[in-house]
Amino acid sequence: MILNQFLILAALLFCMGVYGLLVRRNAVMVLLSVELMLAAVNINLVALEAFWQTAEALGQILAVFIITIAAAEVGIGLAIILLIFRNRRSANVDELNLMRW
Amino acid sequence: MGFEDWAAEPLNWVFLAVALATTISGLRVVTSPNVVHAALFLVAALAGTAAIFLLLAAEFLAWVLVLVYIGAVIVLFLFGIMITRAPTGRDEAEVDHQRRAPAVLVSAGLFALLAWGLLSQWGDTALDRITAGTPTEVLAEGLLGRFVFPFEVVGFVLLAALVGGITIARRDLSPAEERERESR
Repeated sequence: MILNQFLILAALLFCMGVYGLLVRRNAVMVLLSVELMLAAVNINLVALEAFWQTAEALGQILAVFIITIAAAEVGIGLAIILLIFRNRRSANVDELNLMRW
Repeated sequence: MGFEDWAAEPLNWVFLAVALATTISGLRVVTSPNVVHAALFLVAALAGTAAIFLLLAAEFLAWVLVLVYIGAVIVLFLFGIMITRAPTGRDEAEVDHQRRAPAVLVSAGLFALLAWGLLSQWGDTALDRITAGTPTEVLAEGLLGRFVFPFEVVGFVLLAALVGGITIARRDLSPAEERERESR
């Protein structure tokens, strides 16, 4: 195995997430794309950890933190989307112009 | 390392199959017109990620990913989809923006940039120092030793996010409803 096969797979997943982030209208779908990007970052961290083989498995510890933060982000993000949907009858990001100048 | 050497390693073929499945499901996550399908394809993409973790000898993290993401986060997403009545039909214009070309350009450009950087930095550096799986003990010593403070902070962040989520998503009663509840 070479290191780059993992890193390039992660880059590919990340760029797909970027595409979804830009092209999706529904806020739930935007969050799904963000999850894809976070998974790509985790692959990167674990691959580089396998390469450096640090004594404390630092890359994997950082990945644990990312997974935790991602779970918190999904919880609060969906709560906000739910509230917006309840007030505006829509969860499309291009229709939310309330705070747009 | 030439391609013949690379192809001679059986693990690389496992990687290739997993990577292909992950890429295809990732592509379906961002292109599927049906939101529920997109969420279910995210399950497949994350399962592929967990398999990659297993290939990289990170067993604990792989099962954490399965447990937290596939077990909990996707369920949360499905609830969100059901509650907000996200589009589940075939009307593609509803789900995506009309103009996709700029997004394709941005993501393809970003991928080209990243791939160029990675290839010029790492080339075909071998990843051959994996001997055995990472013992969970090492992770535990790190999390509860050197990184105990960030660990506690992250736990607090998670708690605060969940309490905040409940507070935000709770429906406030109207004044009439509140009076009715008090009189009861």
